[in-house]
Amino acid sequence: MKYAYYPGCSLTESAREYDASTRLVMADLGAQVEEIEDWTCCGASAVESVSRLLTYTLPARNLALVERAAASAGRDARVPDVLVPCAACYLNLLRVGEEAGRDRALAGNINEVLAVEDMHWSGAARVRHLLDVLVNDVGADAVREAVIAPLKGLVVAPYYGCQILRPYPKFDDPEHPRSMEPLIEALGAETYAWSSGARCCGASLMATKKEVALRSTGRILLDAQGADVIVTVCPMCQMNLEAYQSEALAAVGGGERVAVAYLPQLMGLAFGLDEEALLLARNMELTRRFRDKVARRFADAPQAEPQAEPETEPA
Amino acid sequence: MAPATEHADAATAKAPEAPRAPAAAPAPAPDPRAQALEAALDEVRHMVAGCMQCGTCSASCPNQFAMDLTPRRMWRLLLHGYADEVMDSKTFYLCSSCYGCTLRCPRGLPLTRAMAALKRASILRGGPGQRRHGAFYATFVDNVRRLGRVNETDLMAHYFVALRDPLAPFSFMPLGLRMLAKGKAGLHGSPQRGRLGPLFAKVREMEEKP
Ligand code: SF4
Ligand code: SF4
Repeated sequence: MKYAYYPGCSLTESAREYDASTRLVMADLGAQVEEIEDWTCCGASAVESVSRLLTYTLPARNLALVERAAASAGRDARVPDVLVPCAACYLNLLRVGEEAGRDRALAGNINEVLAVEDMHWSGAARVRHLLDVLVNDVGADAVREAVIAPLKGLVVAPYYGCQILRPYPKFDDPEHPRSMEPLIEALGAETYAWSSGARCCGASLMATKKEVALRSTGRILLDAQGADVIVTVCPMCQMNLEAYQSEALAAVGGGERVAVAYLPQLMGLAFGLDEEALLLARNMELTRRFRDKVARRFADAPQAEPQAEPETEPA
Repeated sequence: MAPATEHADAATAKAPEAPRAPAAAPAPAPDPRAQALEAALDEVRHMVAGCMQCGTCSASCPNQFAMDLTPRRMWRLLLHGYADEVMDSKTFYLCSSCYGCTLRCPRGLPLTRAMAALKRASILRGGPGQRRHGAFYATFVDNVRRLGRVNETDLMAHYFVALRDPLAPFSFMPLGLRMLAKGKAGLHGSPQRGRLGPLFAKVREMEEKP
């Protein structure tokens, strides 16, 4: 398993914990993850409101870098899949192939722009979201194998958000997604049954229409009241769900705060990885309820396996 | 409402300027900005030309409660030549790109893209209602152009300057402080600074070509 890694801008700054935990967990699972050299911003969701051509060329440049690197690796080097943890980056990168793949004029325009840097996009690099790779390339069984400290009793609400599922549902049901459930269960945790997993959190409106975004966020937090933690697979969703909880809960009439963490952070905890390395201290909303349950994972581990090794971690 | 006949109108209104255009555009000298705006609106009309007014998009939209025009009604107005009413509404600025409507539209229309195209049209049109949103998007894109990768702190600072609203930063200040404390916001250089200059220049050149 070898991937060209596109972290995207958020993962280099506000979401460094997502970047760090993704790299650690993928390495633990035996995947080779190589950051794309000289990658640049994919345009996020704002560029589409400014220029149609930029919307495609900014992400296409990064895919062209992957193709070029593979070509210069010589022989018949396979063009690796592009691994993307951010849902917004994922959609932008994926959309290039989805749209320009069936629109010759658009593909021509993209390549005319890329030619200023002597680059070319052909569509050879397949774009994959982290969740897709975890579910379909790694698989729940391999995840279970890697678990050292099962997250017993932890109730986890899987939050998928919008853009990994829509408008191009590549690996899950776009209205009722369930792909995270086998992973959560492989970690020894329980899936929280709720209906907000694919509901829009309004992140893209937080800067321009805050009152509206707060209501969307608040409804999701209310719906998650029975869970110990919401897990996310996107830095925008994570930030939106963790950073505005008091205002968002107030906007929907009040409720308890809910912990929010990235899926690979949760996996890292179950893999017995160091909390500091997973940058858990950077999360803005980790409730006592969550911390207490997670702290029990090593204590519970021996009871989890009847043939119990003594209280230390198994080697 | 007489739905059946209206549906037929919507479906056949491929040349939507017909009902109103003569009155709305009497100026003989073509202003390039007006032309660009018209082209942008045409692009959207083309995207939603197949709308059959079923209302699925409106029902799917999580932000509809805050919209002054429902999406369904907005497509209808646009196809019938009421572009000003559409441009004056805030509906498309309330789209949070959830792709729910795009996924469910029985005609398979690219509605989220149409919403984004309306934002572009609205920025072209200018006017007081557009200042806040246009400023945010333009600031963001300029940030990408200059830095290659987006520095979120820098982005916010520029956004507030662009807004020219001295009080705007305060509504984000408590969060800004918490983010600083978590090491989530800071000013640092981007090694990709200037990398995207040529690409942006080329795109601009191509988009300004008639
Ligand atoms: S869902 Fe599609 S066909 Fe139905 S009203 Fe909306 S745009 Fe028109
Ligand atoms: S994509 Fe935009 S307009 Fe469509 S349902 Fe979602 S928020 Fe509403």
